[in-house]
Amino acid sequence: MSTLKSEVATSGRYDVGVIRADFPFFDTGVAYLDSANTSQRPRQVVEAMEEYFTQYNSNIHRAVYRTSMQATERYDATRRKVREFINARSVKEVIFTRNVTESINLVAYTWGRQNVGEGDLIVLTVMEHHSNIVPWQILAQEKGARLAYVDIDDQGELRLDQFHDLLEQRPKLVAFAQVSNTLGTITPYRELTAAARAAGAVVLIDGAQGVQHVGVDVQEVGCDFYGFTGHKILGPTGVGVLYGRRELLEAMPPFLGGGDMIKAVFLDHTDYAGLPEKFEAGTPAIAEVIGLGAAIDYLQGVGVDAIRAHELDLTEYAVEALSEIDGLRMFGPPALRRAGVLSFDIEGIHPHDIATIVDRHNVCIRAGHNCAMPLMHRLDVAATARASFFLYNTKEEIDRLLVGLHDAKRIFS
Amino acid sequence: MALDDQFYREYILDHYKNPRNFGRLEAADISHEEYNPLCGDMVGMDFRMLDGVIQDVRFHGRGCAISQASASLMTERLKGMRVEDARKISKEDVLGELGIEISPARLKCALLSLKVLKVGAYGLAHEEDED
Repeated sequence: MSTLKSEVATSGRYDVGVIRADFPFFDTGVAYLDSANTSQRPRQVVEAMEEYFTQYNSNIHRAVYRTSMQATERYDATRRKVREFINARSVKEVIFTRNVTESINLVAYTWGRQNVGEGDLIVLTVMEHHSNIVPWQILAQEKGARLAYVDIDDQGELRLDQFHDLLEQRPKLVAFAQVSNTLGTITPYRELTAAARAAGAVVLIDGAQGVQHVGVDVQEVGCDFYGFTGHKILGPTGVGVLYGRRELLEAMPPFLGGGDMIKAVFLDHTDYAGLPEKFEAGTPAIAEVIGLGAAIDYLQGVGVDAIRAHELDLTEYAVEALSEIDGLRMFGPPALRRAGVLSFDIEGIHPHDIATIVDRHNVCIRAGHNCAMPLMHRLDVAATARASFFLYNTKEEIDRLLVGLHDAKRIFS
Repeated sequence: MALDDQFYREYILDHYKNPRNFGRLEAADISHEEYNPLCGDMVGMDFRMLDGVIQDVRFHGRGCAISQASASLMTERLKGMRVEDARKISKEDVLGELGIEISPARLKCALLSLKVLKVGAYGLAHEEDED
């Protein structure tokens, strides 16, 4: 068995060097400032997956031999870890999906089709990722429902006055990101949820950028649905999570039909399995789920609060460093209300060109619309450059970004 | 950093900073815009035609140095060209004219103006992306 706990957990103080030693990727010498896109994976995650592939590779939930039982046990262990990580009441409220996109689509296609009708209102925000816009547009078109978007202010924070006005129209659903993937804005998700629930709405929170940077306690927040994805929280691609309140999940029809989601199948009908299997048709991403379990162990070993403090330090450092550059404009709120995400542009240099030039300095940043085209329109930009930080990043990497940015200025001067 | 000096050659930067034939054409015979779905960059072209010859062409848009320089170079090439010759302009022609090593990630930037030409101006079938 591999050791799943990070050494950081036992040392008791934040040592980024110890953390980086767990990530073989950093041997490449690349400065990786794109974790809001996808994170790097520690060896503990890779080893947990390798162990499955090499020592107990088998399908889950169906074979009687011991190897399969071991796989099933490890698969189910991740569900217990997720339950604890987000403090769901029960493992029955934890559904494995492919990613947040699938988590949101699952809700739109099942709960949405059953509960949203003509003229009903769905409230979103202008800074959502496409995955929290498009599924609701599809649903609204199918049902004749209405969509309304809460705007942001000049600091990239939600216009709460608009939000509360929209609640007076009694929306069926309110869906928003816990943390904006582009601006890094940490939304007041607790207050938004409480107000929306009080107005009778069902609340879905997109936690793709939230669970690993600020954490979540779904019972305390009181949301009905919460989604997050493995690959942004040190885990593998191909596995995500949907949390749903049990009463809602039980009343919802299945999403995909097939193996594993049934109790009994007859030629003329099927009795569905209970939770969570009802929503997990077909052989799942077994190795990835096991890898996700190791990722959660790693994150909890370091501690989300310690990660947040480290990222805040990096963000403050980066905001100051980037301010030096003439013509550089940063978007989003002050560091205290921002996760480790910095979107910016530089006058006269397109973000693509910025990213290409800093890449020549071995620094990875995102450039483009960040899967948030409506937000780009709102900010009146075609694209932004985005640097994002996670538990393993250092000030030295930000310094290297700065060197790259100065070079971009020189080339385009 | 010798590499990026090579990538952002002087004439690319020149076409980016001082785009040729930039703007809109009044009473254009053909106008078309295309977007790069990866980044939202846009290039549009207006054409004025006479007897199968491109009399005048202007482009507008917003985007990176590669996409805008490529469009600028394209307009220089198109002016006065017969339509049947313009139809023959290939991906290789455009990349050759840019004269720099284009990574797969930036190929769509470099070829956005060609897409405008093919899809919009000549109503050719939407070329499938090959990368």
